[in-house]
Amino acid sequence: MSDVLNFHFEVDGNDFKSAGHASFLMKKNLRQLGLPPETIRRVSIAMYEGEINMVIHARGGTADVNVYEDCIEIILKDTGPGIKNIEQAMQEGFSTATDNIRSLGFGAGMGLPNMKRYTDYMNIESEVGVGTTITMKVNLI
Amino acid sequence: MKISTIKDLLEAEVICYPEGLGLHVYSACGSDMMSDVLAYVKDQAVLITGLVNSQVIRTAEMMDMNCVVFVRSKMPTAEMIELAKESGIVLLATSKRMYEACGILYSNGLIGNRVKNV
Ligand SMILES: Nc1ncnc2c1ncn2[C@@H]1O[C@H](COP(=O)(O)OP(=O)(O)OP(=O)(O)O)[C@@H](O)[C@H]1O
Ligand SMILES: [Mg+2]
Repeated sequence: MSDVLNFHFEVDGNDFKSAGHASFLMKKNLRQLGLPPETIRRVSIAMYEGEINMVIHARGGTADVNVYEDCIEIILKDTGPGIKNIEQAMQEGFSTATDNIRSLGFGAGMGLPNMKRYTDYMNIESEVGVGTTITMKVNLI
Repeated sequence: MKISTIKDLLEAEVICYPEGLGLHVYSACGSDMMSDVLAYVKDQAVLITGLVNSQVIRTAEMMDMNCVVFVRSKMPTAEMIELAKESGIVLLATSKRMYEACGILYSNGLIGNRVKNV
């Protein structure tokens, strides 16, 4: 389909300060496309949580956002440690974050549940020692 | 509540984007954990926090918030101020502590629970 827009971002895992930059740029793109503010906010928050997770748990990765006619798809891919128990990770409050990460304002165990809540579809594929790929979709209608 | 009223009530210093002082906020969120903040979509909320790093500004930006109050005289970095200016976010700093700052705003009518359905 020719009317699909693709955006690709590299997420640097060594720079906590700049984490969220990809989501920030994507939010600007979505504004330019004139999408409803509520939709933009949902995509932005979900992508931001995922981006932060890649930085604090997985040494960075890539983010791809595809804007289709009827939905926005966000694919976050990393080659980090993987998630041992996805069901457990999805629970509100579950976190393996260290005190250091907590002192940076993350590690409440709310990120993945937030991503699920703000999107219409979410799938996690993860293998310990190999990496994690998270696919999310937000419907446009 | 007008952002300028928040500034007055908290005897806060305006760190950047004074252009936004006339804007209104309708709810508030006080936390040092950013994912707790991100858990609740509220329209035009103010963030009250003791955390000082770029992710505070990023979080506010993702949530479409237009004001962040730093408590306990914490000062944002130059980089944070740049990010906030770019996104049109008013940054305020108060010497009050989190509990007191939240209490003052709450008792003056800024009730933080106007949660919007997503
Ligand atoms: N990309 C990832 N790679 C490896 N582990 C991950 C990844 N994303 C999440 N996890 C694991 O899942 C747990 C829960 O993630 P979640 O985002 O819900 O919470 P958190 O990041 O620990 O805290 P918060 O998001 O509230 O700041 C993490 O603590 C971590 O163990
Ligand atoms: Mg997280």
